[in-house]
Amino acid sequence: MTDVTPETTSYLAPAEVEDVELYHPKSFVTKYIWSQDAKVIAIQYAVTAIAIGLVALVLSWMMRLQLGFPDTFSFISPEAYLQLITMHGMIMVIYLLTALFLGGFGNYLIPLMVGARDMVFPYVNMLSYWVYLLAVLVLVASFFVPGGSTGAGWTLYPPQAILAGTPGQSYGIILMLASLALFIIGFTMGGLNYVVTVLQARTRGMTLMRMPLTVWGIFVATILALLAFPALFVGAVMMMFDRLLGTSFFMPQIVEFGESLKYGGGSPILFQHLFWFFGHPEVYIVALPGFGIVSDLLSVHARKNIFGYRMMVWAIVVIGGLSFVVWAHHMYVSGMNPYFGFFFATSTLIIAVPTAIKVYNWVLTLWRGNIHLTLPMLFAIAFIITFVNGGITGLFLGNVVVDVPLSDTMFVVAHFHMVMGVAPILVIFGAIYHWYPLMSGRMLNQAMGHFHFWVTFIGAYLIYFPMHYLGFIGVPRRYYAIGETEFIPLSAATLNEFITVAALIVGLAQVVFIFNLVWSLFKGEKSVKNPWRATSLEWQTPQMPPAHGNWGKELPVVYRWAYDYSVPGAAEDFLPQNLAPDQVAIAKGHEASGVRAAAT
Amino acid sequence: MAQAAMTETAEPISRPDGLRGIVADFSSDQRAFKNVPWGKAMMWIFLLSDTFIFSCFLLSYMTVRWSTEVPWPNPSEVFSLTIGGQNIPLILIAIMTFILISSSGTMAMAVKFGYARDRKKTAILMLVTAAFGASFVGMQAFEWTKLIHEGVRPWGNPWGAPQFGSSFFLITGFHGTHVSIGVIFLLAIARKVWRGDYDSQRKGFFTSRKGNYEIVEITGLYWHFVDLVWVFIFALFYLW
Ligand code: HEM
Ligand SMILES: [Cu+2]
Repeated sequence: MTDVTPETTSYLAPAEVEDVELYHPKSFVTKYIWSQDAKVIAIQYAVTAIAIGLVALVLSWMMRLQLGFPDTFSFISPEAYLQLITMHGMIMVIYLLTALFLGGFGNYLIPLMVGARDMVFPYVNMLSYWVYLLAVLVLVASFFVPGGSTGAGWTLYPPQAILAGTPGQSYGIILMLASLALFIIGFTMGGLNYVVTVLQARTRGMTLMRMPLTVWGIFVATILALLAFPALFVGAVMMMFDRLLGTSFFMPQIVEFGESLKYGGGSPILFQHLFWFFGHPEVYIVALPGFGIVSDLLSVHARKNIFGYRMMVWAIVVIGGLSFVVWAHHMYVSGMNPYFGFFFATSTLIIAVPTAIKVYNWVLTLWRGNIHLTLPMLFAIAFIITFVNGGITGLFLGNVVVDVPLSDTMFVVAHFHMVMGVAPILVIFGAIYHWYPLMSGRMLNQAMGHFHFWVTFIGAYLIYFPMHYLGFIGVPRRYYAIGETEFIPLSAATLNEFITVAALIVGLAQVVFIFNLVWSLFKGEKSVKNPWRATSLEWQTPQMPPAHGNWGKELPVVYRWAYDYSVPGAAEDFLPQNLAPDQVAIAKGHEASGVRAAAT
Repeated sequence: MAQAAMTETAEPISRPDGLRGIVADFSSDQRAFKNVPWGKAMMWIFLLSDTFIFSCFLLSYMTVRWSTEVPWPNPSEVFSLTIGGQNIPLILIAIMTFILISSSGTMAMAVKFGYARDRKKTAILMLVTAAFGASFVGMQAFEWTKLIHEGVRPWGNPWGAPQFGSSFFLITGFHGTHVSIGVIFLLAIARKVWRGDYDSQRKGFFTSRKGNYEIVEITGLYWHFVDLVWVFIFALFYLW
């Protein structure tokens, strides 16, 4: 049944590393506030990320209100609109998705899934969260400083990002850059922990090729982040110099209102290169953990091993590697040499190959599976559909000739929301429905969950499908209002109203979701242990939710990969990773042949 | 195959050689890099990330040097000192480079004595390394002062492209910060070595894990990295 057949378990390597002695917190403060326990840090990360994400959600409502009903809301000025899109985009991409996937799920799941007691350096891990929180606070502060937050767009392109015409020029941009730098410092402390924990702190029997794909996804994404964030860091530092010290790293000679500015000789395109050298891998920083988690959700809830485990691992690694050589497909309109465009279009299309392999494997995992349409499964399926959708428009935009007319239109907005907005968010929802019982000991409410799922899933399409069309007819992106434009039919305004109504309804469904999270914490149905009957280690802890140190006295020993579902001949339809071969119960009638997977 | 618990780098475990060994390690359980303690792995990965930071800085410097329309000041003239009536180009930088590279030597010796558990020699060599580092930073401060007196500012200078000053302060400043942090670390670790914290396995600072002499090597890795980066800065900024 399995396509990965490691040697039999007759031989198990002895422990190479002494069991670690953890820091034992005694007071409430050291247990839950200045906590060094990865699980607590994970929840701190997740709560902070979701809180700031809700701010970004509210910002998107305001943007949509303005686009749907221009001339109605006097408090949204053109400048305010630019500030809204900037903060919305930056928060969603960095402070919500990156922090939630890596800081949240990474912290919670990595030690549990690889059978470690905690991250390798819990103290540094704790600092990571507090620096992240500081970054968020600095970002929030920029709403309140004179001039407000920056309106440079989440790409922060110079020269306009630091020129007087851009809102937030006085303080907003400074706080934004400072906050980004802090985020990167904080992330680095956490990221080093995640990588080293996966590489060096696995339990006995847990080989790399037995790790659940969730860990693989988060692991590779963290490596990408450690190598991509430096470019953003450097860009932010140099722009800070340009803004505060009047250097001209990114600033060419500029004449503003007839006056020549003090700048000259810098290269704005340099910033674009730095930004996108970070920006494209960033897409995969939020996509790869999603890929990994979805693979596990599908496998558990279809009671079937993931199709092509090895291929899935290699696809993650290859996508990660390739993501560093495609960045300039965001710069086709920057006037770069057409030969570069040719190179980057080619590399972009090549990435589609491993990505398509993953999609096929997900579908093949479902094929003749015993599909349980639980909430995590619904979200996982919704992810596949949405991701394919966004991926296909990505192929359009990857080609220079198609991208040039579509660039900076609503088509691009629709594309990236599908592929890196909605799709990863759907995975996050699925993952929360899946792991909430583990974290809290209670199930989330089903009725509210189904309402949340259907409204979000259908609503996302009502929002973004029409946007593709708007892009085709030329509605530009980042425009406060399009007014009466010759080439844009009046019906576009009606469509915009429709999108806005849909967006507000979807937003409301998220409020229900948050309510569900809080309500179920107290009133939710008590979960049995391992409610999804999953094989991976996080469900096999002695207590649920797992206690400090995760494993009680003895670390678990791993005998098999994470995907032994519906193994022929076994009495149970799942074999936990730490179930020894001689303990596998054999189904009636199979006594003679035994269990094939017992030897994996 | 793997044997006893090996958190310290005492004896190597016997494993197949060459490529086979690499594959065997990676496909084994527990640790991908056998005999590599957690802290050391972490430092290596951090340095990889830091390499990207310095590469971005240096590439950006080269880009602006190329994009600016004003001629670039001649580094060998700017960085020259008049000693005994004679104008010697790059003399200070040469001395600084020499000092920093020598400090790598003393650091390497400290690591060796650390594993030999010779506390006194280790601590002294680390202090010497720190002293070299501190004098490097001191000379850098002298150079900054001199240039600032001559009118070099991040936004301009008397001789040509303003990007000269911008890149100079940015890159040497960032590197100098690295050296200073290294000096502080060296002092802190030297003190702990001297006190015998690593023999008594006292809990380390910056971590709640027990410390041991690996920390000397980890500090050394960082220190060698900072030196190596300097070689690139020297070649690309001063010699070009
Ligand atoms: C209810 C959900 C959401 C709605 C209604 C929404 C709506 C919008 C709107 C109207 C814009 C501005 C378009 C323009 O004028 O250019 C925008 C921009 C953007 N959104 Fe969203 N969005 C949502 C969720 C997300 C998520 C989850 C992400 C995470 C990746 C995201 C990332 C971005 C980015 C990066 C921009 C570009 C900002 C810029 O142009 O600088 N959005 N969104
Ligand atoms: Cu891209």
